[in-house]
Amino acid sequence: MSELFQDYSEAVARSGAYDEMFAPGLIARKSYGQVEDALRELSLADVSARAESMARTFLDRGVTFDYAGEERPFPLDIVPRVIPADEWETLERGVAQRVRALEAFLDDVYGRMSVVSDGVIPRQLVTTSAHFHRAVHGFEPAGGVRVHVSGIDVVRDAAGTFRVLEDNVRVPSGVSYVLENRRAMAKGLPEAFGQQHIRPVEEYPRRLLSALRKTAPSGVDDPTVVVLTPGVFNSAYFEHTLLAGLMGVELVEGRDLICRGNRVYMRTTAGEQRVDVIYKRIDDDFLDPLQFRSDSMLGCPGLVNAARAGGVTIANAVGNGVADDKLVYSYVPDLIRYYLHEEPVIANVDTFRLEEKEAREHVLDRLDELVVKPVDGSGGKGLVIGPAASKDELDALRRRILTDPRGWIAQPVLQLSTVPTLSGDKFGPRHVDLRPFAVNDGDDVWVLPGGLTRVALKEGSLIVNSSQGGGSKDTWVLSDSPQLPGPDLPRQSISVREQVSVWPVESNWRDRQSEQEQQ
Amino acid sequence: MLSRIAESLFWIGRYVERADGTARILDVHLERLNHLPPEEQRSVARELLAVMGARPQSEEFGLPELLHALAYDKSNASSIAGSLGAARENARRARETVSSSLWECLNTTYYGLNQHRKDVVGTYRFCNWVLERTAMVRGLADTTVSHDESWLFLVLGRSLERADMTARMLSTRDVLSAGMSWVNMLRCAGAYESFLRTRRAAFGDQHAAEFLLLDRLFPRSIVYALRDADECLAKLDPSAQRVGFINDARRIVGQARTFLEFHRTDDLMAELPEHMDRVQKAVTQASDAISRKYFNQADELAWVGEVS
Repeated sequence: MSELFQDYSEAVARSGAYDEMFAPGLIARKSYGQVEDALRELSLADVSARAESMARTFLDRGVTFDYAGEERPFPLDIVPRVIPADEWETLERGVAQRVRALEAFLDDVYGRMSVVSDGVIPRQLVTTSAHFHRAVHGFEPAGGVRVHVSGIDVVRDAAGTFRVLEDNVRVPSGVSYVLENRRAMAKGLPEAFGQQHIRPVEEYPRRLLSALRKTAPSGVDDPTVVVLTPGVFNSAYFEHTLLAGLMGVELVEGRDLICRGNRVYMRTTAGEQRVDVIYKRIDDDFLDPLQFRSDSMLGCPGLVNAARAGGVTIANAVGNGVADDKLVYSYVPDLIRYYLHEEPVIANVDTFRLEEKEAREHVLDRLDELVVKPVDGSGGKGLVIGPAASKDELDALRRRILTDPRGWIAQPVLQLSTVPTLSGDKFGPRHVDLRPFAVNDGDDVWVLPGGLTRVALKEGSLIVNSSQGGGSKDTWVLSDSPQLPGPDLPRQSISVREQVSVWPVESNWRDRQSEQEQQ
Repeated sequence: MLSRIAESLFWIGRYVERADGTARILDVHLERLNHLPPEEQRSVARELLAVMGARPQSEEFGLPELLHALAYDKSNASSIAGSLGAARENARRARETVSSSLWECLNTTYYGLNQHRKDVVGTYRFCNWVLERTAMVRGLADTTVSHDESWLFLVLGRSLERADMTARMLSTRDVLSAGMSWVNMLRCAGAYESFLRTRRAAFGDQHAAEFLLLDRLFPRSIVYALRDADECLAKLDPSAQRVGFINDARRIVGQARTFLEFHRTDDLMAELPEHMDRVQKAVTQASDAISRKYFNQADELAWVGEVS
């Protein structure tokens, strides 16, 4: 422990961030007590051997992401990120609240647009969004849900307050790593699990499947669900296979599907089989060549019309990208008040809207102190961190902002919270974010206890995306009370059950044979 | 073929399958056990040992003792190390019959038994390694040994033991009743994905138990394993009788299988303990009957002192 955490407190002080594991003075926070005990028992050699074996398991199991055409294991760090029960309770409420608000917002912008007529957001904001798809305007999707699955990115600032960084309601990915990380950690650091109650994550695929089935078009008794993947070259292909496998449904590509009479079928050896719910892991632009990019080979012509006619449920719904738009993000607290009449549980990060003249001038004066992001980017693409950028980069950025102010937002540089992370021969503080996943079945928003904690593996780096050298950590949500056995599994009943007897009386073949031998 | 050789092959099949099944059960349940508080851990460790058919040697029985008893205890043929040692010993006696690659594989496995750390993390790797080695043994047996009588004895032993092991996997449901017991049962048998694909949205104890007990297509289900055993017995003794069976083993295996296959029930879970009990008994009885019929030379030739 001492050798592994050498220089740790100095490094935390240097970064000025909130450390998740240690309070100032290298005192472990209560929720990390057991993790600290487990790590203290280990030597450097133990830790590296385990880390290496975890990495090898990931490669063996094919837990990889595709980086520049190459399969790479997703680096998993051996120190988990632990969230105490009370903090999780807040996060859970905040995430569910946000999902409900975005669901209402999407329903509104593709319908009456009362949010615009009531003056909450400008019409132009919606109509200029690159992901506002007129093709899906004016109909309620079958099942009535648009945001079946969402990933709300949350960070913790230097004061230790959680803030929402962005919303992902199109195709949020990463949940497969949550499931795989837990498996790997159970074998990699078993000592840390013992006394405390860590909430399980393994029910996610079942929750997802039941939500998808519940939102099937009406009148279908036993809905057929499929996962639609762009194919083996997609960076998240592993996740698609894992989810399809764990839900026990078919993983289809666009060419396996066929639309006829506003119904969707898949080609099987037993002929065409009706598909009722499509869990779509393709970008909207490639989904339907009749409506979007006509050169797309990944989708299936006619899907959008089938959805409009109520013949198929597409999850998440087409056109959700308008709620992901980072300029819309800056209005989400207002949307929560407008639709739900509640105050936001988790605050946003302060955001400058660059199309407003005053804000723009203010930002352009201090570009070197801010983070500037494109409104429709994901995966950290196009993002510029002012303090780390060169003068040329800032000048280029300035020109781009002036030509397209609608396309950018600016935020102060947040010192994301840190968690100890193995780097070389010791632990160092590394910045993390958190993506909790929520599943909405129309009646209820369920938040997976945990989520994906991504970590920037370079010291001081604030970019946690896997495509830019990030790794991940298993995320443990503690629960105060032990999980009670289900009411249908009383242990005492074992003796009662032994009374039941349905087999025929045992034939005494042994005795009979000895009789025969005697004869 | 020589009875002695046939017996060796039969037991190679059984021991290797036993090591495989025990490693699977240990791997999955160790994960659960690790999450329990120490007090509960001790009682569950005892129960798990009981499911595997053994009794703790001492009063102080916790996780380390469980690992020793199920994984590393070479003196006990119900542990992984013990059964792999016994399989190798049997192969040594039948070396001229088994293919050299099969013998080498078993021998290498035997020498590899000591190369693992005996703590929890080491045991996970040990279990993984055992699964790989036993899969290799099975593959070599299937591809490098003629599928003649000797191979039939190997498969017979393997199938009977497999039925027994799946019964034990199903019995572990009672040991860890809290949480996702059916997922664990299925993961023990490596059946999780297969199950999900056949069942669509119908999950739960009842369906999982049904799958492992009665499925006609999943190779580790009890009905499937018993049918395999039945077919081996039929091929070993092709004398076509018009009525009945002379062979006790066939009757026992066949009765157990048909009872399960044709049994109709509304409450499988309530009957499960009895099913498991009877399957395990049937396997033991069948094994005895096979020994008496095919391997029993030594007994019959025993010299009996006569008083003249």
